[in-house]
Amino acid sequence: MPDKETRDERVFRLTRRKALKGLAAGLGALALPKKDASAAVWESFFQKNFRELSRAEIQDVVSRLEKEYSTRYGKPVKVKTSPPMEGVLYGYGLDLSRCIGCRRCVYGCVGENNQSRDPQIHWITVLRLDKERGVDLEHAERYYNPANVPEEGHFYMPVQCQQCENPPCTKVCPVQATWKENDGIVVVDYNWCIGCRYCMAACPYGARHFNWKKPGLPAGEMNPDTHYLGNRPRPVGVVEKCIFCMQRTREADGKYPACVEVCPVGARKFGNLLDPQNEIRFVIENKRVFILKEDLNTQPKFYYFYSV
Amino acid sequence: MNNRSTRIGILFVMAVVLVFVAVAGHAGRREFWLTPPKSETEDYMVPPPPFTEGIFPCSECHADMTPNPKRRELKEEHTDIQLKNHAENERWCLDCHDVKDRDKLRLVSGEQIDFNHSYRLCGQCHGDKYRDWRMGIHGKRTGEWNGRKEYLLCAHCHNPHNPRFKPISPKAPPERSENIQ
Repeated sequence: MPDKETRDERVFRLTRRKALKGLAAGLGALALPKKDASAAVWESFFQKNFRELSRAEIQDVVSRLEKEYSTRYGKPVKVKTSPPMEGVLYGYGLDLSRCIGCRRCVYGCVGENNQSRDPQIHWITVLRLDKERGVDLEHAERYYNPANVPEEGHFYMPVQCQQCENPPCTKVCPVQATWKENDGIVVVDYNWCIGCRYCMAACPYGARHFNWKKPGLPAGEMNPDTHYLGNRPRPVGVVEKCIFCMQRTREADGKYPACVEVCPVGARKFGNLLDPQNEIRFVIENKRVFILKEDLNTQPKFYYFYSV
Repeated sequence: MNNRSTRIGILFVMAVVLVFVAVAGHAGRREFWLTPPKSETEDYMVPPPPFTEGIFPCSECHADMTPNPKRRELKEEHTDIQLKNHAENERWCLDCHDVKDRDKLRLVSGEQIDFNHSYRLCGQCHGDKYRDWRMGIHGKRTGEWNGRKEYLLCAHCHNPHNPRFKPISPKAPPERSENIQ
């Protein structure tokens, strides 16, 4: 046998097939939890989509998360899974003739819903618009910072998730990690989200936000009243959005969302669209109302109105 | 003949009933916002009126004084209170404050009301705002969206003597995306 052939048998030859196999195995291994990971990590790794969990499984998931968060933030954390209420479809009203652009809502929301402080995530963006141009988003300014508001010649339009009845964001999710609940709230299962950010591209309102880093949430400022689909602490690499404070509103004696409660001029209204006596119905039936980007047929349940 | 007129009579009665039902039904559907959700005298859940500290009850000083109902500028007391942007040429103190009982407010009708019902006083002129306020549209309403609602009196947000809002300082703008690391 010639020397060359013997040598070739002993030497490792990288064929295309071998390379691809190795690559696949390596990538697969990377996605797995680390060797010394605790049981909880493995459990969350094999957790199903929230909508496929049985009642008992939800119980397990909740107690696992509550334990994890309570240790991490050093206080008892409650993770609710309250389902949508019968006969309730949430609607939101925002009075553009009252809003003064003070951004109290932005930070009220951050505090209530455990958004990351660093890197910064805000679910509400307040736009400053020119009175002369009207609602012209091309000329909107979000970084305005005068000594006092409101400013002469301007009005302000806060934008957050519009809780569309026909949401483009949920349709593009390749893994169905985001969906519209029966009370109209569009939610995200942070344990199922793969972080592809298709939904962010699909949302015409810029209402979805991505956790590029592990959220910086100081333990002292962490709100322990949380909902699984809402304001529980998020992991890195998932998308989050306004969920109408479901940890507050999905109750028999449901509180108003934090942004409604904090608004100093009472520009924010919230209620049940299916209840004819409700304030949101009064707004729709008696005030000048518009929805943002109506032409896209997203059918928002977030109604901008003018009370005067 | 008799039979025919009876038939016409029945038809007429039916038509009247139909119209009546339609009108009543329509009124009933709309009633919820044409009539106030609560009666005028029923209390709305409001925090105590925002008095300047130590100023109430007014009768503490006024009880021993003889009221002077003549319109004038106050020179000795309450000089800090200036009617501004609030029909100051048309009105003065005793148009809203009761001349006989200083711990009460006074409606145009002469009815005396408590300070925690002051919305009725404001509602005399600002009827549209009053209607919106009762529905929870004008002004801030907190509490439970499907339960007990907490109202604020007009005076909690608007200084009754100078009701225009003062500008406030905004909270910090969001971080520019290029600065988020």
